[in-house]
Amino acid sequence: MTTKTIFSGFGGQGVLSMGFTLANAAMLEGKYVTYLPSYGVEVRGGTANCTVVVSDEEIASPVASEPEFVVAMNQPSFARFQSILQSGGLLCVNASLVNTASARSDIEVLAIPTSELAEKLGTIKVANMIMLGALIKASSIISFDAMIKNLAELLGEGRSKLIKLNREALETGFNYVKE
Amino acid sequence: MKKLMSGNAALGEAAVLSGCTCYFGYPITPQNELTEYMAKRMGELGRVFIQSESEIAAINMVLGASVAGARAMTSSSSPGMSLKQEGISYLAADELPAVIVDMVRGGPGMGNISPAQSDYLQATRGGGHGDYKTIVLAPGSVQELTDVVPLAFDLADKYRNPVVILGDGMLGQMMEPVSFDDIKPPKEYPKDYILTGAKGRPARMVRSLLFDTKEEEEHNWKLVRKYQRMESSEVRYETYLTDDAEMIVVAYGIGARIVRGAIKRLRQENLKVGMIRPITVWPFPAAAIQEMAKTVHDFFVFEMCAGQMIEDVRLALAGKGHIHFYGRPGGIIPTPIELYRIIARHYYTAARRKK
Repeated sequence: MTTKTIFSGFGGQGVLSMGFTLANAAMLEGKYVTYLPSYGVEVRGGTANCTVVVSDEEIASPVASEPEFVVAMNQPSFARFQSILQSGGLLCVNASLVNTASARSDIEVLAIPTSELAEKLGTIKVANMIMLGALIKASSIISFDAMIKNLAELLGEGRSKLIKLNREALETGFNYVKE
Repeated sequence: MKKLMSGNAALGEAAVLSGCTCYFGYPITPQNELTEYMAKRMGELGRVFIQSESEIAAINMVLGASVAGARAMTSSSSPGMSLKQEGISYLAADELPAVIVDMVRGGPGMGNISPAQSDYLQATRGGGHGDYKTIVLAPGSVQELTDVVPLAFDLADKYRNPVVILGDGMLGQMMEPVSFDDIKPPKEYPKDYILTGAKGRPARMVRSLLFDTKEEEEHNWKLVRKYQRMESSEVRYETYLTDDAEMIVVAYGIGARIVRGAIKRLRQENLKVGMIRPITVWPFPAAAIQEMAKTVHDFFVFEMCAGQMIEDVRLALAGKGHIHFYGRPGGIIPTPIELYRIIARHYYTAARRKK
């Protein structure tokens, strides 16, 4: 199975680190994975995005023309990327910032109030990890355990406070999504 | 152990592990992460890193370092590579080893920063002035991009010739799991030509200025014999499902990877399509293609440009068979599905023609 996900949002929302965190966890789970950041010309305050492909077999192209999953952390990203989502695909939106009234009718929309949930954890900075936790629950791209194990490697073994915070954020998002 | 790294950074680490002692570069997208990585790592190791004032300065610093015996490297992208060509010609004429990385972007002119394969002819025909060649390695994944680095340094030393690693923006920018476990520094060759000060030995001279035409001609023939040795010993390629193939795709680098995805789909529908992927685009695997042409009539060339490698396929086939072509210039990356549709259409047309 091959799944393609586009992560998008404002620069500074942790969009690229969301993609990188997923890609690294997929690697630790022994999957084939590619991570492609957008490196084109963008305006300051504009959108940032990256594409992560996770597969059980060799990946032909790291580009996703019709992804199964899109994560949109802001309104411009929602507008830009919902149009290329596969029919029946899943759009995870940051409900704190995005109005989904114009969502396509042939896709599934998962609205996560990341800002509100993040404030409960004490910092808006983990809004991206809340979203990532929700995506993992809804998509099953990788196991939640692999994601948690991944944190220590990414953040550094000694950073226990940071690992705990990110773990809580991932769990908050994961648990927010009902079966 | 594997690490998730961009092609640019992984190539940098591989160069460090291959014993590269001097790196000189000038920034250009999409290869900046390589320069950035070398700025950090070479400093840590007490080796030489210089961000030069221009691409021309960087390639001439490589020449200077190489003539002093260093394992030297530079990198750039298309417009920057055009500027380096004079220096590469001098390196070839002076018979100096060097590794030069080209992360190709859309062109001509300033073009754009998207991945492309439009500098194939520049890379494989020498690129600068004069009768010379460089070995050109064209990897197709971050791991292969890493694996060819020690090979590039080894071939450069072995033949005393510049070696080009031909990537593209996608290979440089994307991250994939990569292992450095097999990267070992290549062996050291005795360097009896380097300029180290003539104390206690006869003076040496490294130059490409040969006013005597007879002498220059001899030098040229000497270089030609070297290129012939490369052609007979250094051809590298990979085949994929060619045994029963009725159509063989010729593609390299990231393009070949997309083709592989397309062939998987074609095979699901029992279309007998295979692929030959040159890993050295110079020397080109012409003999392998000639051999395939004994049993296969249809060859399909795919490139992310308007058609450059097709010239080498044409030369290899020497009038035999039929060449199909599909190209996407300008920095466009076609999807495997798009290639699947195009190749299938050509395959059916060819099948009808045979009847």
